[in-house]
Amino acid sequence: MTDTPDTTATPDVPDAIVDEPDQLSVADERRRLHDIWVSGTEERMPFADATNEGAQELLPREQDPALELQQGIAVEDDFIDPITAIDEERQIINIGPQHPSTHGVLRLQVELEGETVRRVKPIIGYLHTGMEKTAETLTYVQGSTNVTRMDYLSPFHNELAFSLTVEQLLGIDVPARADAIRVLMTELNRVSSHLLSSATMGMDIGALSMMIYGWREREVCLDFFEKTTGLRMNHNYIRPGGVAADLPDGWEDDIVHLIKAVNDGVDEYEELLNENPIFLDRTIGVGVLTPEECKQFGISGPLARASGIDFDLRKVMPYCGIEQYDFDIPLGLHGDANDRYHVRIDEIRESLKIAEQVLETIPAGDYRTPDPKVTPPPRKRIEESMEALIHHFKLFTSGIEVPPGTAYQSVEGPRGEIGCHMVSKGGTKPWRMHWRAPSFAAVQALPTMMSDSLVADLIASLASTDPVLGDVDR
Amino acid sequence: MAGVSEGPGFLMTTVNLGVSWARTRSMWPATFGLACCAIEMMGTGAAHNDLARFGMEVFRASPRQADLMIVAGRVSQKMAPVLRQVYDQMAEPKWVIAMGACASTGGMFNNYALVQGVDEIVPVDIYVPGCPPGPQSLMHGILTLHDKIMSGEIQNSTGLL
Amino acid sequence: MPPETTEEDLEAADVPDTAEVASIADLLASFPEAAFSAQRYASSDVVYHTISVPVADWVGMTQAAFDAGFDTFVDLTAIDHFAEAPRFEVAVNIISMTEVERLIITTRVPYDDPTLPTLTGVFVGANFYEREAYDLLGVVFVGHPDLTRILLPDDWVGYPLRKDYNIGAIPVEFKAGSADL
Repeated sequence: MTDTPDTTATPDVPDAIVDEPDQLSVADERRRLHDIWVSGTEERMPFADATNEGAQELLPREQDPALELQQGIAVEDDFIDPITAIDEERQIINIGPQHPSTHGVLRLQVELEGETVRRVKPIIGYLHTGMEKTAETLTYVQGSTNVTRMDYLSPFHNELAFSLTVEQLLGIDVPARADAIRVLMTELNRVSSHLLSSATMGMDIGALSMMIYGWREREVCLDFFEKTTGLRMNHNYIRPGGVAADLPDGWEDDIVHLIKAVNDGVDEYEELLNENPIFLDRTIGVGVLTPEECKQFGISGPLARASGIDFDLRKVMPYCGIEQYDFDIPLGLHGDANDRYHVRIDEIRESLKIAEQVLETIPAGDYRTPDPKVTPPPRKRIEESMEALIHHFKLFTSGIEVPPGTAYQSVEGPRGEIGCHMVSKGGTKPWRMHWRAPSFAAVQALPTMMSDSLVADLIASLASTDPVLGDVDR
Repeated sequence: MAGVSEGPGFLMTTVNLGVSWARTRSMWPATFGLACCAIEMMGTGAAHNDLARFGMEVFRASPRQADLMIVAGRVSQKMAPVLRQVYDQMAEPKWVIAMGACASTGGMFNNYALVQGVDEIVPVDIYVPGCPPGPQSLMHGILTLHDKIMSGEIQNSTGLL
Repeated sequence: MPPETTEEDLEAADVPDTAEVASIADLLASFPEAAFSAQRYASSDVVYHTISVPVADWVGMTQAAFDAGFDTFVDLTAIDHFAEAPRFEVAVNIISMTEVERLIITTRVPYDDPTLPTLTGVFVGANFYEREAYDLLGVVFVGHPDLTRILLPDDWVGYPLRKDYNIGAIPVEFKAGSADL
């Protein structure tokens, strides 16, 4: 950033315009209009240098210290396609941060040899919101409004990870009905997130109708969320101590309708895409991740399971009583984009099975823990009891008092392990809340998926990775 | 009607009306989805709440072909020069909708990392509140923009046709 | 300073105060200066372990854990304990898939010399996480191939997540307005 333009000097103004501002001839007016139309779109903008990220960019080969990571050979060299470029000309091209094929504001700098990608460097931070710093200024009651906006496609999972960590610090347990409601909402959130990721994957590959179909079923899920929590997205529903409100009347019929509608929709997607030769050509063998690479980079979730790693936190480190439900873990074999698509589609069906079982076995009871230091009292009690009024006041002005300690708890989100590492030094606000974001690790592994392949394969593998930049940048 | 000598006559008014009608009926948005609001913006373009009935389902990736920039999401300090560059690359006439609380005022994130309102960088025509605003709110904002252009209340920045 | 086990953790009968997992017991035996604690998840019976080591054993302990089966990287984070010395705590979170165990290894570095060796030799995935800890807290990882800022612009000054960095909120003006604009 050494050659910033000198903006302190005042620009020269031609004398003619300064002297006679009211006597512009028609020809001069035409010229002024022409400048307005043309300039501003063709000239080099004064902010163009401001979008260079200095040392964070992809530097030329001689200067860049992290070549192995960018060439995708840092863990192992699973070079599959021996594509040789036509000539030795290399150029560094910028993809993003504003681009229709990126799932959010991700900037990829690629070094191309013809159409072949040789090096990739993801540059992130375009959505950095300072959420971890904001969390230190919000009470534990307000905390879920903050974390729910990180991975904005799975807000319930974010809230659940946060609430479970706070409950671990408090040392409390929630009632069984609250656990069942939490499982129901998070599994439906997994369904709506996978629907969206399949829809955008189809659109990025070229199957535009997949986008419309996926959203059609997602609206059914969002209608249920709106009925239960009041919002379509970013719900602030799962809170420390339980959930914010009980399920609405008639929710059983809604769930039955939802399960049927989404299952029929998924049948339609499989009919559209599973044996489609264009889809198969564009996804088989594309963006391969080996199990070794998944473990080294910390990739979990459908990406790891598509590579064959049989590890799902819902099975091995269960939470919220999810071990009582009967469901399978779909696994892939090759770790390519096609396997990831199949894993997600199968996970939608498994999550719907869990929702059906919750429907049949949900216990009656409280939806929040009755502990008055954590849960605000019912509204009616506030008129009757002084303690209820005081508790309500303290909880909503200062918040929940949490003893000092450090806790980590994670849940299985649609993109992998979502975790919350919280440090409390007593008081009503966290001392430090670090968020373990699953997409952060996935973005780090993009070079291994994309290098030594074509640009079109780059788009397909990015689409199959399904990163959410709100999680990556926080 | 700045820049032209006298007031508009009958022909000019009808031509203005025709031009405004054409602009509002095929206003193509530029893809500027940043965060959660982008998901609701995509939902507005999807089948349930259909933007295509207003001629707007083509979200142009290239700003040169777009008329409307819907800033959907939170704008961080690193993204601000990119936002301005994309706005400058759009050709006149162009309009900006600040969608959501973060684009309008910085939203719930009053901190070091975000630009507190996208109107610090680009001139905004319509603010749509919500976190995120549902598709119906966004559509109300877009239709309000259409009405204001048709009535002549909002013109492009040069104030001409 | 080792992390404290809280009262609630020791009350539950299924939380051990000695390492019952064989691999972790071996690790503790090889590194005599390590301190240990165990914690239980909420709404679950899952137990995870935390080992705290001095900086000199940071890479050694992580490599030993890797060799003992903890070969899946999960997370690396840094925490600013403002008034305590040493000021910065760095924690790495790893999993053994074969034994289904989670291990968090922590260490402390002081404010006047916030450097510690990089873990990218053991886990390649620690790359971005260490860059983030450097970017937001100013902890320097010696031997990291590309220690540059990652979430903030390249020319940013300061480390926002430190406790002496202001959140940067602007005052909100509530103008006296009327309902009928």
